[in-house]
Amino acid sequence: MKIAVCVKQVPDTWAEKKLRSDDSTLDREAADGVMNELDEYAVEEALKLQEAHGGEITIITMGPERAGETVRKALSMGADAAVHLVDDSLHGSDALATSYALATILTGRDFDLVFFGSESTDARMSVVPAMVAERLGVAQLTFAQKVDVDGTSVTIQRVTDYGFETVVANMPAVVSVVEKINEPRYPSFKGIMAAKKKPVETLSTVDAGLEGSQLGLAAAWTVVEDFAARPPKAAGTIVTDEGDGGVKLAEFLATQKFI
Amino acid sequence: MPSAPQRPLDLFAIDHLLSEEERAMRDVVRAYVDAQIKPRVAGWFESGEIPARELALELGELGVLGMHLEGYDCAGTSAVAYGLACMELEAGDSGIRSLVSVQGSLAMYAIHAFGSDEQKATWLPRMAAGSAIGCFGLTEADFGSNPSGMRTNAKRDGDDWILNGSKMWITNGNIADVAVVWAQTDDGIRGFVVPTDSPGFTANAIHMKMSLRASVTSELVFTDIRLPGSAMLPGVKGLKGPLSCLNEARFGILFGTMGAARDCLETAISYSIDREQFDKPIASYQLTQKKLADMALELGKGTLLALHLGRLKDEHLIRPEQISVGKLNNAREALNIARECRGILGGNGITLEYPIIRHMNNLESVYTYEGTNEMHTLVVGEALTGIAAYR
Ligand SMILES: Cc1cc2nc3c(=O)[nH]c(=O)nc-3n(C[C@H](O)[C@H](O)[C@H](O)COP(=O)(O)OP(=O)(O)OC[C@H]3O[C@@H](n4cnc5c(N)ncnc54)[C@H](O)[C@@H]3O)c2cc1C
Ligand SMILES: Cc1cc2nc3c(=O)[nH]c(=O)nc-3n(C[C@H](O)[C@H](O)[C@H](O)COP(=O)(O)OP(=O)(O)OC[C@H]3O[C@@H](n4cnc5c(N)ncnc54)[C@H](O)[C@@H]3O)c2cc1C
Repeated sequence: MKIAVCVKQVPDTWAEKKLRSDDSTLDREAADGVMNELDEYAVEEALKLQEAHGGEITIITMGPERAGETVRKALSMGADAAVHLVDDSLHGSDALATSYALATILTGRDFDLVFFGSESTDARMSVVPAMVAERLGVAQLTFAQKVDVDGTSVTIQRVTDYGFETVVANMPAVVSVVEKINEPRYPSFKGIMAAKKKPVETLSTVDAGLEGSQLGLAAAWTVVEDFAARPPKAAGTIVTDEGDGGVKLAEFLATQKFI
Repeated sequence: MPSAPQRPLDLFAIDHLLSEEERAMRDVVRAYVDAQIKPRVAGWFESGEIPARELALELGELGVLGMHLEGYDCAGTSAVAYGLACMELEAGDSGIRSLVSVQGSLAMYAIHAFGSDEQKATWLPRMAAGSAIGCFGLTEADFGSNPSGMRTNAKRDGDDWILNGSKMWITNGNIADVAVVWAQTDDGIRGFVVPTDSPGFTANAIHMKMSLRASVTSELVFTDIRLPGSAMLPGVKGLKGPLSCLNEARFGILFGTMGAARDCLETAISYSIDREQFDKPIASYQLTQKKLADMALELGKGTLLALHLGRLKDEHLIRPEQISVGKLNNAREALNIARECRGILGGNGITLEYPIIRHMNNLESVYTYEGTNEMHTLVVGEALTGIAAYR
């Protein structure tokens, strides 16, 4: 079985995120980069399938040069090879551009399954897996808390607000995972040392056959016009219950647009 | 508005001195310690019990056990990577680092460096995986700083050996599957690989400790243990055998102590920022800031020293007296830092809710074992003057 896992490097979850003053994009230099947490679960699930069914796992990432650290972490966990798309012209790419780039790299590589995390912690659009599936013209099995492969089909439990749905599709297919699915392993020291010797294909947008007009900040479908820092936390409001506590609470929530 | 506080080791840009691979290994151990050790260790310390078997298997899976050894399923990392792992483990608890040091640097190292092919093949892969635990018996009740006087002895009986005597303060003693025991023979001091299920082997746990409570410490008693001729470590004779093992373990301690100190200092800094007295955070008083600044300097210097010695070790240039310099300085400064931090936390400093008094009490053992503060002072003194002053 040939499996691809798309992983993204994001700023450390706990770090304060900043936007750049020059072009309003995320300042990726301001914080340490880590593998998007849900993508670790995607890698883990691929490794488990590989242990059960054999095959090869390829990591795919689009990101600046230092996203190479995230690639090596995935390889340290046990993946076999990687493709790293790195090019200055990618800076500022939106979800459409990201999915275009990832889908182009995936095309022609004959993967049976392509794993994703279901959401990144920095931009949190939660749309890239669906967009990639759509571009590839394959089934999308999103928000999986369980994945089973049987011959040519793949079955997942798709988490919903009220429980889960069982969804079956023929492979090839795109699967995005939620954190309930497994417990990602730590890279072992042997894995960390072996990772150095695993093949990493570094591609520019030209190598990957991408059209520059569809990439980067200039091609984004939305524009960030302005931004401001979140105001400091104000002191809380205490609602005293004089028989009308419920009403006051509801009014408060309404003014804050919670209800 | 105050600016965002920096972490003490960021003042020294320590990460800048590490390769990406070293940082990756460090980060794995740190993540493991944060998730698996820190939330549970105060409870182990309180009860004086640790799930050592479970921990050994987890540590084996990460590849920490005997990580700097080559072959036999060991990871084969650099010495610096091993040191960094010790630093993270000891930021959790000195007891956990002790488990790893004794396993990897004392028991496994002795077999790896001095053992026969058969001894290596029998023990090392299982010890690397954590499915077999080792201990190291050098110290005796009457011979601590001066192990050359040891009374434990092994006598020939045909091809076999008969082992008698006892060892004291042996880390992992009660949980070990195999003991590396140093004993007098007609041919001088020799090492023996002793399975702990050998008839005549007893381990008695030492209770009522106030230090390293999340670690097993034992007395070992050997009564007419019959061992095959092949149980002796063929590769070394005399005290240089155990002493070279101790140099390996001490090397881990140079880094480990700085991990414990870092955890104390980071705890004290964040506590002092949150804790208000006389209407201000105690961190805003100059007395407190001087303490924090002085401790950060010692922590950074000790860490730089450890890294420097680690690089020398990786180039096979390190000398024993240099390891003494590091053990002497870093165990002493870590203990000083822990004591000062203890004070900054006031009453909270004496509870297991915070890690400090646990580290502080643990470091009292670390100050004594692997060569006491005085012994390393004498080693450095001898190096400086050419005059040995041990006797
Ligand atoms: C300040 C700011 C402004 C933004 N402005 C715009 C904008 O104007 N227009 C717009 O459309 N978007 C904008 N974005 C979104 C940003 O471009 C997204 O990072 C990008 O589109 C990817 O979407 P996501 O990370 O939210 O993906 P998600 O859909 O949340 O990610 C799901 C999964 O997709 C995979 N994945 C995502 N990215 C990659 C990657 N690079 N390489 C490999 N796998 C990947 C991972 O498996 C991940 O877990 C903005 C984000 C920020 C923070
Ligand atoms: C928790 C713990 C775990 C241990 N684990 C192990 C283990 O796994 N294996 C093992 O073999 N040992 C182990 N030890 C033993 C440890 O190495 C010894 O305790 C240490 O070497 C000191 O020996 P001692 O306790 O007999 O003290 P002593 O040697 O009696 O020393 C007492 C004091 O006298 C000082 N002193 C001694 N000689 C001189 C001198 N010439 N000049 C000046 N001062 C001197 C010492 O520095 C010290 O301050 C452990 C100890 C502890 C506390």
